[in-house]
Amino acid sequence: MFAALKCIILRDLTLAMRHRSDVLTTVFFFVIVVSLFPLGVGPETDLLRSMAAGVVWVSALLASMLSLSRLFADDYNDGTLEQLLLVPQSLALMVFGKVLAHWIISGLPLVLMAPLLGLQFGLGGDALLMLVVTLLLGTPVLSLVGSIGAALTLGLRGGGVLVSLLVLPLYIPVLIFGAGGVEASVSGMGAEGHLSLLAAILILALLLAPLASAAALRISVE
Amino acid sequence: MLNIDNLECVRGDRQLFSGLSFALDEGSLLHVHGANGSGKTTLLRAVAGLVLPENGEIRWDGKSTRKLDENFNRELIYLGHHYGLKFELTGYENLRIFAQLSGFDISERKVEAALKAMGLARCFELPVKVLSQGQKKRVSLARLLLQRSKLWILDEPFVALDVAGVSMLLDMIKEHVADGGMVILTTHQEVDVEVGKLQHLHLGEH
Repeated sequence: MFAALKCIILRDLTLAMRHRSDVLTTVFFFVIVVSLFPLGVGPETDLLRSMAAGVVWVSALLASMLSLSRLFADDYNDGTLEQLLLVPQSLALMVFGKVLAHWIISGLPLVLMAPLLGLQFGLGGDALLMLVVTLLLGTPVLSLVGSIGAALTLGLRGGGVLVSLLVLPLYIPVLIFGAGGVEASVSGMGAEGHLSLLAAILILALLLAPLASAAALRISVE
Repeated sequence: MLNIDNLECVRGDRQLFSGLSFALDEGSLLHVHGANGSGKTTLLRAVAGLVLPENGEIRWDGKSTRKLDENFNRELIYLGHHYGLKFELTGYENLRIFAQLSGFDISERKVEAALKAMGLARCFELPVKVLSQGQKKRVSLARLLLQRSKLWILDEPFVALDVAGVSMLLDMIKEHVADGGMVILTTHQEVDVEVGKLQHLHLGEH
């Protein structure tokens, strides 16, 4: 079982490495969107500091949306997805592997870039750390919940827009607790509550999202 | 043994077929005939478990394939209209991934031998996207040699193959059937598939 999980993760990572431009698009989109705000708002440190968490988090949501449509679409188009449905493994496990690979490709780079971008907004050490921790807990949820939307809209025309409409509302709790955690840390209040809730959402998504996506894939492939 | 009982499939609002029943024994081949749009592909996908039939039951050794699920998947290879290959990966990588996902690890030598048997000795290190249509088809057919599955479901397997490729695939099918395997196939080409216990099924005529 774990051999198959490892195999599917390595497969998707290898494919991403051979299509490096796809990976870089997501990261550059994130960097550029976050960098536009200081330019547009002006160099007022207090204002920037108070909006930093929200800007970084919203940009992360949009960047993760950008890569979602590719999660299953390539496999669907070349017929490897129906072969994945036919391997003697649990489909939810295969989906979990694909989502994990997707997070490593499109979520983890955002987490690693975030402290650098946070500096532009004049965030202090504690707040930067909190930004990384909330993103580390939150971005896997974005990939997991997003996979349900991607699976449901597979093969539909205009699926990219539809997936945003489906998934963005579901991202709201992650956004609230993610950005809220950083703001709490900036203003000196503890952020433990926010982190606990983010972790709870992550565990829930880990348990339920692969099952939901697997069910949606079976319908889409038919 | 594969049993199809009273199968009915619907595509959109259109009923493709209903009341379809047949049984497939070990060592036999089912040749599905029918005009375009008569439901051949849908029937094959329903047997493979990719399409949920409207009615009826598909049983493998007496148990419903829906309930067997992953255990039934172990018994079958389905090759459809798509090659089911990642074009950025080499033939070797593609085959190796299939093997690992199917729960067994195969040596490099074995994959090499299978690709060589398919006449692809020179395309070993090339990504699938630079191969010709016929060569891509041969890579996907190489799975038949690597995976010891009992039931082969082949949708138009002869498309894009040259004369040598067609006769090679026919030999593979004959050998599989002689070994007690089962094959369900559709083809529009004039191919002589006179092997084992041959059954014909004509769709769209009742």
